[in-house]
Amino acid sequence: MAGTTTAAGRGRLRHRVSAVTRENVAGWLFVAPVVIILGLFMLLPILMALWVSLTSWNGQGSPFQAGVPFVGADNYTRLFTQEGLARQDFMTSIRNNIYYVAIVVPTQTVLALGLAMIVNSRLLKGKSFFRAAFFFPSVTSSVAISVVFLFIFANSGAVTNLLGLFGIDGPQWFSDSRGTLHLLLGALGLVDPGSPPAALTSGGPFGLSWWDWLSGPSVAMTTIIMLVVWTTSGTFMLMFLAALQDIPVTLEEASMLDGAGRWQRFRHVTLPLLKPTLFLVLTLGLISTWQVFDQIYVMSQGDPAKTTLTPAYLSYRTAFRSFDYGSGTAISFVLFSIIVVMTLIQRWVMRERRS
Amino acid sequence: MAGNKKDPRSLASTFAGYCILVFFALVFLYPFVIQIGNSLKTEAGAAANPLSPIPDPLSFAGYARAFADTDMPLWLGNSLLVTVIVTAGRLLLDSMAGYALARLRFRGRRALFSAIIAVLAVPGVVLFIPKFLVLNQLGIYDSYTALILPVIADAAGVFIMKQFFESIPVSVEEAARIDGAGTFRTFWSVVLPMARPALITLTVISFQGTWNEFPHTLVAVQNPHLFTLPRGLADLVSGSLGKGTQYPLKLGAAVLATIPVAVIFVVFQRYFVRGANEGSDKG
Repeated sequence: MAGTTTAAGRGRLRHRVSAVTRENVAGWLFVAPVVIILGLFMLLPILMALWVSLTSWNGQGSPFQAGVPFVGADNYTRLFTQEGLARQDFMTSIRNNIYYVAIVVPTQTVLALGLAMIVNSRLLKGKSFFRAAFFFPSVTSSVAISVVFLFIFANSGAVTNLLGLFGIDGPQWFSDSRGTLHLLLGALGLVDPGSPPAALTSGGPFGLSWWDWLSGPSVAMTTIIMLVVWTTSGTFMLMFLAALQDIPVTLEEASMLDGAGRWQRFRHVTLPLLKPTLFLVLTLGLISTWQVFDQIYVMSQGDPAKTTLTPAYLSYRTAFRSFDYGSGTAISFVLFSIIVVMTLIQRWVMRERRS
Repeated sequence: MAGNKKDPRSLASTFAGYCILVFFALVFLYPFVIQIGNSLKTEAGAAANPLSPIPDPLSFAGYARAFADTDMPLWLGNSLLVTVIVTAGRLLLDSMAGYALARLRFRGRRALFSAIIAVLAVPGVVLFIPKFLVLNQLGIYDSYTALILPVIADAAGVFIMKQFFESIPVSVEEAARIDGAGTFRTFWSVVLPMARPALITLTVISFQGTWNEFPHTLVAVQNPHLFTLPRGLADLVSGSLGKGTQYPLKLGAAVLATIPVAVIFVVFQRYFVRGANEGSDKG
């Protein structure tokens, strides 16, 4: 060892330089496949689609050849400012999705939190069974589960039979396009859904009348809402459960000794500690509910009367059924911006929390 | 604890707690019971009493027809092929990238990691048409390559592996390095064997995700010979074959689509739970 000091010293220097290069090369070799796949199928597609959304390419040949008509922002303005079927369909899909989001997100969050709290209760046994039972629907195929719900909510199907046991005459779920808010207003005697007031039907923003905007989710859409709440609550329950298990038992016991009631304990001890998870669940919910597609495709294809049309499904249909790839991609990008706004709201809210 | 049990109020609330749990367990599991029960009924039986879980008379006609009248064997084969290749690919590629991002000091590492996080945030649904455009442009639309290649690596998997590699001590690898093992050699025979829990998590979520994958198949292929099970099932329900009710057949096909994931769920439940919570960390 001692005899080779100088040689080893020189060797070490050369060794270090080559080690740095070697680590650079090795690093990039290790990440290369992932970089290529993600670049080719995540990044490049977005750039190509940006171009296509400015053309009226019909799917023939390549969208980059000379003959493809360039239409500028037409595909976008048709969705917002030009009167016509394109705008009406798009705005209908936005309306449907807004009601869908407004019901699914709070429902699944409250259900997930409630289930997590009960499962987490120290007095109950069989925790892992119930946890698995609630989580299982989340891991199954969305297509398979949609088929099951088609059967369950079929005319004279399981749900109709079940309601019949209680003397309730259930609706024809998937063919019922009546808006639930309309039905509610009718039931309260405020408005007659058969002949809504002219003030509501005569005008409204973006080519839909106020009456149309105020429809609420259709009966058909509520079945999809039930399906989605049923499949996603389990995942969110696990997130709440993980957060609940992190709350020190001593904290709860201390508040119990202080004589805090169950509700007070929840409101002032548990809920503040769950806040980060709550925000996470809400924003993940907001992001995913704007992407509802599989269930629509299998169960309703946007029917009845376009009341289950969503932007995601509309963009697919416009491109692959009507071969209007420009409009379809434009809808995708509008949807993308909606989701980006949701994500930014999440970031902003989380920052508020940290400071 | 013992004191609690004697307290009548907490006894009542324990009882109420069980009632709620059992009620929701029924709500969450009964649809599967109905699914299996009705898949084993005759068509008339399923129509007459859809709520009953007991097939009377018992009939395997739904399953027999699923195999005889549809491309079920083909769909099962395609699904298995795609799922196995994609899962194997993700295990290798995601863990290589995760390892490099966690351990190797190469130029651009930080920027690359940020880019991968950004990719995670891209909503899959807006990529339908764009993905089709790329597959079309590359000339691989409507092929097994189109089903497999775009999903053979995923940002979430890279993230999970990176987090894991950062959590294990460096000392073992350093020992291997001093012994003169190259980077790949160290990774392959020293690091990967230690990563078993993370690899199992990645395997179960990749298997589940790929087996259930539907929209990607919609924009990647149109040839019925390339349909995977979810695609075939969707076609069966919404396409020309879906005319009429034929519920035992459809439910039977749905049962077949559910079984593999159900088995994996039962066996590897805690890895699923881990996977779900990994998902919450990246937010």
